[in-house]
Amino acid sequence: MNNGLRKYHAAVWDEPLVMEMGAPGRRGMLFPDAEPELESLAGDAGGLVPEGMRREKAADLPELSEPEVLRHYLHLSQETLGMMGISLFGTCTMKYNPRIAESITRLPFVADTHPDQDIETLQGTLEVIHGLDEMLRDLTGMDRFVFQPGGGADAAFLHATVTRAYHQAAGALSQRRKIITTAQAHPCNPATAAAAGFDVITLPLESEGYASVEALRSVVSERTAALMVNNPDDIGIYNPHIEEWVDIVHEAGGLCFYDHANFNGVMGRVRARELGFDACMMMLHKTFGAPKAGGGPAVGAYGCVSELAPYLTTPVVVKKEGGYTVESSGAARTTQVREYLGNIPVIVKAYSWLRAMGAEGVKEAADLSLLANNYMETRLLEIPGITKGLPHLDEYRMEMTRYSLGELTEETGVTTVDVQNRMVDYGVDAYWMSHEPWFIPEPFTPEAGEMWSIEDLDYWIDVIAAICDEARTNPEIVKTAPHNQPIHRLEGSGLDDPERWATTWRAYRRKHGSGAAAAASEG
Amino acid sequence: MANSTEEAKNQMLEAIGVHSVDRLFEQIPDEHLTRREFRLPAPLTSEVALKRHLLDVLGKNETCENNLNFLGGGVWQHHVPAICDEIWSRSEFLTSVWGTPSSDLGRNQAWFEYASQLGELVGMDFVGLPVYSWGAAVGHAFRMAARMTGRTRVLVPALMDPQRLDVARTYCGFPEQEGHLEMVAVAYDPATGRLDLADLDGKLDRETAAVYFENPSYLGVIEDQAAAVCRMARRRGAEAIVGVDPISLGVIAPPSDYGADIAVGTTQPLGIHMNGGGGVGGFIATRDEERYAREYPTLQVSLTDTIVEGERAFGLTLFQQSSYGSREEGKDWTGNSVYLWAIANAAYMSVLGPTGFEELGRAVLRRSHYAARRIAEIPSVSVEWPTGFFKEFVVRYDETGLSAAQVGARLRAKGIFGGKDLSGDFPGLGQSALYCVTEVHTRGDIDRLAGALEEAVCA
Repeated sequence: MNNGLRKYHAAVWDEPLVMEMGAPGRRGMLFPDAEPELESLAGDAGGLVPEGMRREKAADLPELSEPEVLRHYLHLSQETLGMMGISLFGTCTMKYNPRIAESITRLPFVADTHPDQDIETLQGTLEVIHGLDEMLRDLTGMDRFVFQPGGGADAAFLHATVTRAYHQAAGALSQRRKIITTAQAHPCNPATAAAAGFDVITLPLESEGYASVEALRSVVSERTAALMVNNPDDIGIYNPHIEEWVDIVHEAGGLCFYDHANFNGVMGRVRARELGFDACMMMLHKTFGAPKAGGGPAVGAYGCVSELAPYLTTPVVVKKEGGYTVESSGAARTTQVREYLGNIPVIVKAYSWLRAMGAEGVKEAADLSLLANNYMETRLLEIPGITKGLPHLDEYRMEMTRYSLGELTEETGVTTVDVQNRMVDYGVDAYWMSHEPWFIPEPFTPEAGEMWSIEDLDYWIDVIAAICDEARTNPEIVKTAPHNQPIHRLEGSGLDDPERWATTWRAYRRKHGSGAAAAASEG
Repeated sequence: MANSTEEAKNQMLEAIGVHSVDRLFEQIPDEHLTRREFRLPAPLTSEVALKRHLLDVLGKNETCENNLNFLGGGVWQHHVPAICDEIWSRSEFLTSVWGTPSSDLGRNQAWFEYASQLGELVGMDFVGLPVYSWGAAVGHAFRMAARMTGRTRVLVPALMDPQRLDVARTYCGFPEQEGHLEMVAVAYDPATGRLDLADLDGKLDRETAAVYFENPSYLGVIEDQAAAVCRMARRRGAEAIVGVDPISLGVIAPPSDYGADIAVGTTQPLGIHMNGGGGVGGFIATRDEERYAREYPTLQVSLTDTIVEGERAFGLTLFQQSSYGSREEGKDWTGNSVYLWAIANAAYMSVLGPTGFEELGRAVLRRSHYAARRIAEIPSVSVEWPTGFFKEFVVRYDETGLSAAQVGARLRAKGIFGGKDLSGDFPGLGQSALYCVTEVHTRGDIDRLAGALEEAVCA
């Protein structure tokens, strides 16, 4: 490559499946009975399982030594780009995950504690949970936070179930069947509302960049159970009428939920409670410095006003004389989205991040997020073929901007999927295109956040510019990308074909035969 | 933050063409901006100070490493092979985002290996990526069964973890709602702790979408009527759903052997630390039949091809039916879950192998039964169902005149976390506790427990 970018090639290990490795009789982990007298004292182990319930045929697992297993997974880790390069994966707020919090949470006082230990033996955990609760209350104005939801979507589900319990207690559930959201809201909002038994009304995007107040009014009624929205959205638009929205829904007797997945741009400046919201959700993974981890473990921190607190998932942590304890309420039996207190290591990581940042740090992070995003925008829009999503809206975007490669596609045939596949050839993590529905042709949504340096941002932009140039000078190289990765582009035609899909090795062997498997492994 | 220097800020401001960062927030109306002075604690700006603070606070915890722990009940203290922690904490896995099938090949392959190996343990060939917890897996399985059968009732065992049951109930809604699922408890036989088949028979009807049972049960008993339960469910057109402890499957028959349709359970015992309850994860597995596959709410990876012949890749299958693909028209919903743990689970299953699981199962059986016998010898203490369990059993204290809480406190004073107090959740079992014994316990540990328990109840 002569475009001034660094040389890069991903590790290629041509690694077989672990199920294809090893040899009969090989062992990785031994559990010998160091105390053979246990057998005479307790009886033959096999005989301890009731007849008819014993496993007759050993599970068809690989037989490997420990070093082989370790090396296999190290190879797989090296064939994973993650944040080894630059990841400006929008809608997710990718940022550095401080390793101090990683190392602390691997210590026994987090890792090797049991949730049913006596409360007096878990005072450290409870202090962290309570401390994080208080800090999030300060940032949002809510009265109480819980951390059971296992991700942002689970927090949305918690809100839908809290809404259900709240209206049920008032005898209004059979009447209040509608949850209102917008087309720009994350898909988890309508999906969890539906799973909680509500009908979903989705307001369409209008020319101002959000649904109009009139559109909202036209669907709000005595049947409205709740409003569930993001603000700003993933296009980078902030709805300035949000207070009025909340008032309209409140007047009709509905609850208002602020999905703060896009908290990074407003933290320290906007408090959900002051806008009138009854509840909100933030992602402790990603926004609060805990890793995304390829999709969890995660926590959607759910905060609400005291009026909704009786319906919260339990247990909740409360302060008492000289320490902390937990409380449960009976009403929670229909809002328990997950067992126990939550993903404790993720909670500790978020607590650690906030203690390191402080109020000024949080606010500065938001500032830097907007600075970085708008800095990127000035450069990205100089690249021919790239336009801003909803270009007629010329106010500065928040912490991310959605762009369109529609012009580039028209001119060259190179699509946003092609560009995504080509980016990774430069060691840069693929961008997020757009959640459903796509409003903008050939979309992509970078989010700079506060952590990436100007050089990182410039490099990312240089890569996009180089690819757009390639799209004109050598489109085939983009359309057939990637070329510097362990494998080529996915041929996905079989993925939804029941004759061909295989989520397990045993299904694959059954459908494709051992011949096919052998050919694939030789390939 | 790399760009927090004045130079960097000025460089960006200049490029944007504004003088102040406040200008960039122009979309937010003034009246939306908070006037609040935040009260967050002063920042701990150095790593050394932050570390000290975290150690001070978390150091107030007692752990299962420096106490002798017999708590279980769905989160269990099993040995976590050191390589599991080494593997999941690799920065590549830890920080992976979404990627492409090419750039994140290794992670996707590890996910496939998780599903494949779990499939071998449970005897199923369609396995989704993990959900949040066992309770969440039960809830999703109920909704899958309801959609498949068009029915509205689910049967659950009367002896089930109340929290897990609450999570499942949360997925079932209220009677006022369309699509509500009614949950009906099936009685147990007090003599054995197993399901009461006559009661099950009486409650199975044309509205029953699913029969759910656990094997071993929450209170440890191996359900040896599993085949009969599944047969009865199927005969009435209901789905047979079983919740299993995957670590038991080296010695206990897999769900496929006794005719279960959907297997669910927890992934925590497969190489994940308890993490104070933060180590949990759930799985859903079925036969690879369209009827089931098209109801999965999860994401899952399929082994597939690339554009180069003979080259393997892993892509998301049935993505369109997920909430990412179809919003409220999708199957339930999905999102970030515990996918990193799935990688540790994969490493765990491959380092144990078939013989490791069997050996581990036998070691657990011996220790737990030895413990039950030793405890049963203590005057005025009894074991409710002294045979036919895997690693957990119920100990009754009624004749000691002490409450389970009192016994627990006395054991704690000796550095022992005794069994989980069941008196609040299962009053029918009197003053009792659920003890869990695994491969981490030595004979000496068990003797120490028995001695301490005897002292506690005879004092």
